[in-house]
Amino acid sequence: MLSLGSVGAKSTKPSFVSYVTPEEIKLEKEPPKKLKHPDLLPGEVEFCSANPILKYTQDDLSQRGVFGTLFCTNFRITFISDEKSQEETTKTFKNKLYGENDIPLMFVDHIYGVYDEKRKLITGALVKNKYPSKIIIHCKDLRVFQFCLTYTKEEDAKKIFQGIAHHCLEEKSLKCVFAFSYTGTPSPEMQRKRETILFDSPEDWTQEMKRTKANCRLVTENENFELSQRLPKYFVIPSALGDLFSYQGKGFPIWCWSHYSGCALFKASLPPVTQEDGDFQKHFDIMINAVAHNYLYSAKTEDLSESLPTIQDIQQSYNKFKQFFLIENSTDFWLSDMKWFSSLESSGWLDIIRQCLQKAVEVVECLEKDNTNVLITEEEGTDLCCVISSLVQIMLDPYYRTLMGFQSLVQKEWVAGCHAFLDRCNHLHQKDKECYSPVFLLFLECVWQLVQQHSPAFQFSETYLTVLSDSVHMPVFSTFLFNSAHHRESVLKHQRQLSLPSTAFKTPFKKGFFKDETDSLKKMLRVKRLSRWMGSPDSTAAISREFYESWQQRPLDYHGLLLPCLDGPAVRVWMQRYLRWIPEVHILGGGSVAVMTKLMELLSQVQDLKRVLEQRDSSQAAKPDHRPYIQHRLLSFGSSGRLPSSFPFAYSRNRSFKPIIPTGLMQCLMLTDSLASQEDEASSFVSLV
Amino acid sequence: DRSSGTRVSDTELRVYKDPSKGELPLLPEEHVQDSAKDVTYICPFIGPVRGSLSVTNYRLFFRCTDREPVFGLDLPLGVLSRVEKIGAATSRGDVSYGLACKDMRNLRFVHKEPEDSLKKSVFEVLMKFAFPVSNNMSLFAFEYKQVFPENGWKVYDPLAEYKRQGLPNESWRISKVNDHYELCDSYPAALVVPVTITDEELRRVSSFRAKGRIPVLSWIHPESQAAVVRASQPMVGQNGRRCKEDEKLLQAIMDANAQSHKMFIFDARPSVNAAANKMKGGGYESEDAYQNAELVFLDIHNIHVMRESLRKLKEVVYPNIEDSHWLSNLESTHWLEHIKLILAGALRIADKVESGKTSVVVHCSDGWDRTPQLTSLALIMLDSHYRTIRGFQILLEKEWLSFGHRFQQRVGHGDKNHTDADRSPIFLQFIDCVWQMTRQFPAAFEFNEYFLITILDHLYSCLFGTFLCNSEQQRLKEEVPKHTVSLWSFVNSQLEEFVNPLYVGYPSHVLFPTVGIRHLQLWVTYYIRWNPRMRPQEPVHQRYKELLAKRAELQKRVEELQREAANRTASSSSERAGSPTRSITPVQTFV
Repeated sequence: MLSLGSVGAKSTKPSFVSYVTPEEIKLEKEPPKKLKHPDLLPGEVEFCSANPILKYTQDDLSQRGVFGTLFCTNFRITFISDEKSQEETTKTFKNKLYGENDIPLMFVDHIYGVYDEKRKLITGALVKNKYPSKIIIHCKDLRVFQFCLTYTKEEDAKKIFQGIAHHCLEEKSLKCVFAFSYTGTPSPEMQRKRETILFDSPEDWTQEMKRTKANCRLVTENENFELSQRLPKYFVIPSALGDLFSYQGKGFPIWCWSHYSGCALFKASLPPVTQEDGDFQKHFDIMINAVAHNYLYSAKTEDLSESLPTIQDIQQSYNKFKQFFLIENSTDFWLSDMKWFSSLESSGWLDIIRQCLQKAVEVVECLEKDNTNVLITEEEGTDLCCVISSLVQIMLDPYYRTLMGFQSLVQKEWVAGCHAFLDRCNHLHQKDKECYSPVFLLFLECVWQLVQQHSPAFQFSETYLTVLSDSVHMPVFSTFLFNSAHHRESVLKHQRQLSLPSTAFKTPFKKGFFKDETDSLKKMLRVKRLSRWMGSPDSTAAISREFYESWQQRPLDYHGLLLPCLDGPAVRVWMQRYLRWIPEVHILGGGSVAVMTKLMELLSQVQDLKRVLEQRDSSQAAKPDHRPYIQHRLLSFGSSGRLPSSFPFAYSRNRSFKPIIPTGLMQCLMLTDSLASQEDEASSFVSLV
Repeated sequence: DRSSGTRVSDTELRVYKDPSKGELPLLPEEHVQDSAKDVTYICPFIGPVRGSLSVTNYRLFFRCTDREPVFGLDLPLGVLSRVEKIGAATSRGDVSYGLACKDMRNLRFVHKEPEDSLKKSVFEVLMKFAFPVSNNMSLFAFEYKQVFPENGWKVYDPLAEYKRQGLPNESWRISKVNDHYELCDSYPAALVVPVTITDEELRRVSSFRAKGRIPVLSWIHPESQAAVVRASQPMVGQNGRRCKEDEKLLQAIMDANAQSHKMFIFDARPSVNAAANKMKGGGYESEDAYQNAELVFLDIHNIHVMRESLRKLKEVVYPNIEDSHWLSNLESTHWLEHIKLILAGALRIADKVESGKTSVVVHCSDGWDRTPQLTSLALIMLDSHYRTIRGFQILLEKEWLSFGHRFQQRVGHGDKNHTDADRSPIFLQFIDCVWQMTRQFPAAFEFNEYFLITILDHLYSCLFGTFLCNSEQQRLKEEVPKHTVSLWSFVNSQLEEFVNPLYVGYPSHVLFPTVGIRHLQLWVTYYIRWNPRMRPQEPVHQRYKELLAKRAELQKRVEELQREAANRTASSSSERAGSPTRSITPVQTFV
């Protein structure tokens, strides 16, 4: 269900393994562990461990917790409770690769140490001195763990602390990523799954051009990355473009998608230039001409580096935003609840989402309404270009709203399209934070907005998107591990020969399709752009309002054009992703899970009865038993409708059914208003005779 | 079409695909009072629209004449809170009129002043009919004589409702002391009180509680016998007055519940305000006088604060939303914070009753605003019956109408005094809280969002008698049930409009909502429904209906198959049924 990229005959190791599939629910109880050791994945190696470690339970302030053993392996940090955990065994849906108490190393965002009641951010330098009494781990999937080290032997505590800090925080080489040690094989079941198009062969591109009736040219000259290491192996360009080798180093329009009218969307990397650069202007004209030639000699260009936030803005905003969800205790939660809306606004994250969607709508308008070719450009051509082009395609092409279509789109625009996942996700904890930015997450956020506004138009659910956003940091998959197609190929080639020349990764990979002499210039401009962007203009929004309104008046068609509403109240927080681990906001027996449960029940009822009838039918006695829906009944285990809204992620720790009552209500609403002190219903004292 | 004209408008401007349909729909006994051509409606979303305006004794109807498609504006006069001329006439003789509405919108019209100064402008006629009470006329509800298949006035029978709860029982009796509203004119006739307290003692208690609103039972837990009791504040005053009978009554309430030797008194007010009330002779129960009772303040603000908060909210959402500051603007209205406090209060009450098995007494100052908010929300959490359509109607009839929430005062039906300090959106706030709960528990309520919006629209429309007057006594005196139609007659005669297709009746489930601001949302489809951009492409209730049909289809299929299975069992040895079972395609429904 959730594999990105197929596991067909093509792919070799590392492969993509599905997890959390409804088909593979394990109900049988795991045998009681004699040795308290983690169940290692194939290829996983234990580094160090310590016992007893106290893991604090998150839901209260009482500093209670569970004793157990903390391990660090080449894949994860894991905690195994000394008590027998019931939660794990009662789970019907769970992540197959990591459990509630597992933290894959790449999930670690920050580690804090508590030294004499003072909290310090752990960096490489602090590790050598003392070990803290308590470590707090903030994860990229927004989980927060707190472990107390004071109960264990000093030696062990030191070792586990240093081990964790070393493996999570130190800059490391790509070969240390678990994906290269992982020896698991995809289950045969996965192999018969329908395939996601990977866009790593000429056929995939030809097929895609055929599907969209595109009239462009497939480029195979980069098969051996002779044109550029930052370009995909195969790609498509406007047919009017001449000899590519003559443009080397200058960037050219890459085809994204063709509208049924014939106009198309292209993207290009475009280093910033000064006015007097005549040579550049000439090249730019050639590009525009080639794009315009594609259909009716019309073209519009949109420089995304001009009109959208920079990747540094995105990073800064997300850093602020995520803090509101890294909640360590109940008091924090209720305190931050008071200023929730203004805090959200100050992070600017929702505004960035709105701007991206807005820009995508503008491009859609050009293609759909004006039937103009569009060329979107950006310095590097692999960040916001990917965001906007993918969003445009989702809005215009219903195929990309199917599960396979969506995954193919991610392959096409992001993976084959050379988005620098390794740098942007900072998988290797590089000290240089410049290139770190959650661009792909921003894209998923935008998709989520569309899904929540028009859920029937999508084959996949928000849960899929949430799991996908986690999988970016899952070091078992190689999908999001590389900076470009060339990078992937060179690493995997070496990997097969089991020799990984570490030097290959020291040289930073070029970002952007072409990046030759413009580095210093870019840095200069970036500063300017940041300030220019801060006054986010609402004016452009007004233009495409009309387009939205005219679309809105048309009858609803989930298989047609899909536009998001971008007004303030319509852009929301992705509650499932951000609030799933916070017990204060879990609704027991509520949320969309309650609805799903009901639907599943009804469906399984029908299936059951049908099966009963079939079995009576003796002629069909030996039919193989496919039970696609029957397991869904397990959803309603216990009493139906009593799953927490955080399902299938966090489970309520306290099974006892108690409401969560806010603390500190008094501080909640400090009205300085004179009305508040006005006599209660003063007039009613008077009015009644 | 029975519902035409009574249907609430889910869009501001109704589009008429067939121009002939754009005619003025008239209800029985509805008459056109005046009309004018060449009126311009200044629509904040699409700009000025020219058309004709008609005023009847029930509605304002505007039909545009200069645009395709033809559309109209159709609103009951009851929603108007203020009609005023804006500025002086222009050189061309145009006069501007502003209409402020109770349902979160403002309308603006421009009209040429009639040259004959003796002739009244259509807006002067409008002012007369919009505020019939101020003009010594009766509300349209008293003229409207539509007959519906069901009589909504029969929905609530207090004795039947108490019987459902198992009352009277060995500890509680139904007292007739207020039969003629002599004990308390804002309370219902039937009151449930502990058996150990005599009517005489109740009379004495009534002199100690504000407005005579003595502690009486609202609801009793079917298993633990913990009770939810409502009252008004005790008249403690600055000298700390005590009342032996009141103390005895509360002790008796505690004793009626064998599960607990404790009791909680929830005072809805902030403690500062409660204390300030002592100056006025009111106050709160001292823990000295009431042994084993714990007093908790719920910090909910008064009607003035709520009115101001809604006013700010209207400013923020109508007509335009400032996208980039939407969240901080919303926060500055405090509306959702008030919702949070009310829900949190109700949650604490429900928790004490359900988890703590203790009885609770709830009061504010007079016990007719914050108290019904809290008790009715707690009851919805505790008792699934109140989550059904009819159960919810009973809850409103009981906790709000019979116990004297002052609807006339709070809404100001037909009254032109729009600055009246007694107006306050207390009931709206309650419905908002219910909506928040339906969002959190999408399968736990039998009714849909449209039901809640319909209730709010007819809270103002004055088409039905349900929300008229301030108390049960007044409604009887005015013979409201005899002369008007109940909103429930209208609703229950077309239930299919209001059913939540996802409803699963969990009979014994207690719902504990999450009250963090993070999980509360602004009710966009109510507060911002006039903004065409915020409207879903497809009306939600239409989608509900489709889902409902789909559900019915599935259920029918289940029954069919069950029958077929049963038949086969009966004749399994003999013949095989001829019809092959059709393959069933799973229905994908996302909501």
